[in-house]
Amino acid sequence: MSDKEETEGSEGPVAPRRVIGTPPPTPRLLGSTAVAEGGHGGQVSDETGRGEHIGGEIPTHPVDEAHAKRVEKIVAACFIFAFISGCGFIAAYVGFEVGSNRLGAGDSVVDAALRSNLALGTSLAVTLIALGLGALLWVRHLMPDVEVVEERHELRSDPKDRQAFEQYFKEGASNSQFVKRPLVRRTLMLGTLPLLAAPVVLLRDLGPLPGTSLRHTVWSPGRRLLVFGTDTPITSAEFSVPGSAITIVPEGYADDADALTKATVTLIKFRPGELDIPTTMTGSTLIGTMNWTVDNIVAYSRICTHVGCPVGLYEQTTHHLLCPCHQSTFNAAKGAEVIFGPAPRPLPQLPITVDAQGYLVAKSDFTQPVGPSFWERG
Amino acid sequence: MSWFNARRRRPVAGYAALLLGLVVVGLVYGAFSRTSGIAQASSPAPSQSDINTGKNLFDATCSSCHGLDAQGTTQAPSLVGAGAAAVDFQMSTGRMPAKEVGAENNSGPTMFSAQKIYEIADYVASLGGGPAIPDAQQVSTAGADTALGEELFSANCAQCHGFAGAGGALTYGKDAPPLTQATPTQIYEAMLTGPEAMPVFADGSISPAAKRDIIAYIVDTRVEPNAGGFSLGRTGPITEGLVIFLGGMGFLVIIALWITAKRRDPRPTGME
Repeated sequence: MSDKEETEGSEGPVAPRRVIGTPPPTPRLLGSTAVAEGGHGGQVSDETGRGEHIGGEIPTHPVDEAHAKRVEKIVAACFIFAFISGCGFIAAYVGFEVGSNRLGAGDSVVDAALRSNLALGTSLAVTLIALGLGALLWVRHLMPDVEVVEERHELRSDPKDRQAFEQYFKEGASNSQFVKRPLVRRTLMLGTLPLLAAPVVLLRDLGPLPGTSLRHTVWSPGRRLLVFGTDTPITSAEFSVPGSAITIVPEGYADDADALTKATVTLIKFRPGELDIPTTMTGSTLIGTMNWTVDNIVAYSRICTHVGCPVGLYEQTTHHLLCPCHQSTFNAAKGAEVIFGPAPRPLPQLPITVDAQGYLVAKSDFTQPVGPSFWERG
Repeated sequence: MSWFNARRRRPVAGYAALLLGLVVVGLVYGAFSRTSGIAQASSPAPSQSDINTGKNLFDATCSSCHGLDAQGTTQAPSLVGAGAAAVDFQMSTGRMPAKEVGAENNSGPTMFSAQKIYEIADYVASLGGGPAIPDAQQVSTAGADTALGEELFSANCAQCHGFAGAGGALTYGKDAPPLTQATPTQIYEAMLTGPEAMPVFADGSISPAAKRDIIAYIVDTRVEPNAGGFSLGRTGPITEGLVIFLGGMGFLVIIALWITAKRRDPRPTGME
């Protein structure tokens, strides 16, 4: 290393070779100032930095021609490989059938799509990677490693042009009579005024305000609880095994997705003595009580009071209801009170009772708004 | 070998060694991680000799935790009323006899043959009744409505077991197992008896026909090919995000580092 410094003239501290990502330690010479130096010719040195252009022309070919020829062959191979896989991409598109009317017997559409995607994706990826690899090797090994600074001049136009334009503009303004004729000027502004007001009017039309719709669901006194999916009502005797849990939808709205986003309910059966819902009020609203259960069967809203995900995960042993979105955990044995997570209030309890035929029905709607909590709830 | 020696001390050698180590660890783990697969036949009708044999087996293996009359101890619950289906499920999946009292019991290799499991199940059923082992017709998926099974599965099962039945996490160290290895009988029994933290889906809430629909959905889904080829565990965005961020972005970062790295010029005087 030391003889290298002597022959080329030391330009600064020696930089480490081949460390990925290390920036060069010395400043580079700018192209414009290097013209004055002149003496060294088009030498490329990477010992002192990322190759300086130290005067003269930018070198047109790399220092080591043999190495460059080797790399040239590699780059050519990359590009030829890209060509082959590009042809393979077109062949894959033509060759792999995916339409269901073009498949053989016993071949599934998913399998066909899988094969086609695999072939298309692989060939395209290989093509692009080979092109990119070839381009990178070309730049890194076949091109001189110098930094050249491109000159930048002031963007500002010169004063003559600016003055000429100013004059031109003023002439145009006076020719248009805009200043001299207030009637046309003012009526033009009047004519465009409604168009400016239009966005305000259009935006005002965005959706109706919710009013009190957030406070109610479709549950009403006497509405039967149906098992989701099979849409069958359920009796207490059918739901008698302790530890049972099932998804419930309101009768008449089993297919109404809008209603179900607020009205879905989780029904849980407890052993005698396990269920202990305190009679709780918030303000004047009754929000939980043992009177709203039937034979230790309790119904809670399935919509999380945090952001509204369905709280479906029920653990029989710990009586925990877990919401999957942000892990709010509710204790179903104690009125769905929050024991973990960001939910601000317990899950609302649906009052249930039994109708004349023995089916479980709602006693009334929820006594508080379901779903994500909002300030004006109380 | 001289090629290898010449490049041993380069920075890229460190990355290559790390990659090799990761690959080796992955292969060794994959080779030694256990799997369980259990075949199941339908149970014969119980006879008194079966029940007696079952009692002997029960006294030998189960009574230490469950009590000599299956009345339960501090370590294990009472099995009176648990039923033959619960015994068959727990033992055929290898969860029972439990090796230790922990957050939950995981499935594993079975200790008993199917015949012995039926005998113990008959004995436990004779103590207090309970759900019976379903026969082959009850778990047959012929003519089942797979679409309804998908609806029911998504509403009642997917939050714990995942939308494709790949399993999921519960609270406090428990987890819902993947459904890839369970036989139709085991799925039926699990729904019927509600093992451990799983809620009970008795025939009153999910009818036997609906149970068959759910079984049909599970069985169909787990043999369905993955549309992208590689399932990434079928848990959805979690593994997909991991692969993209660690694998994809990492690869792009390495490429970016390579593009801007200082070029190593070859020395004509052979100083490499």
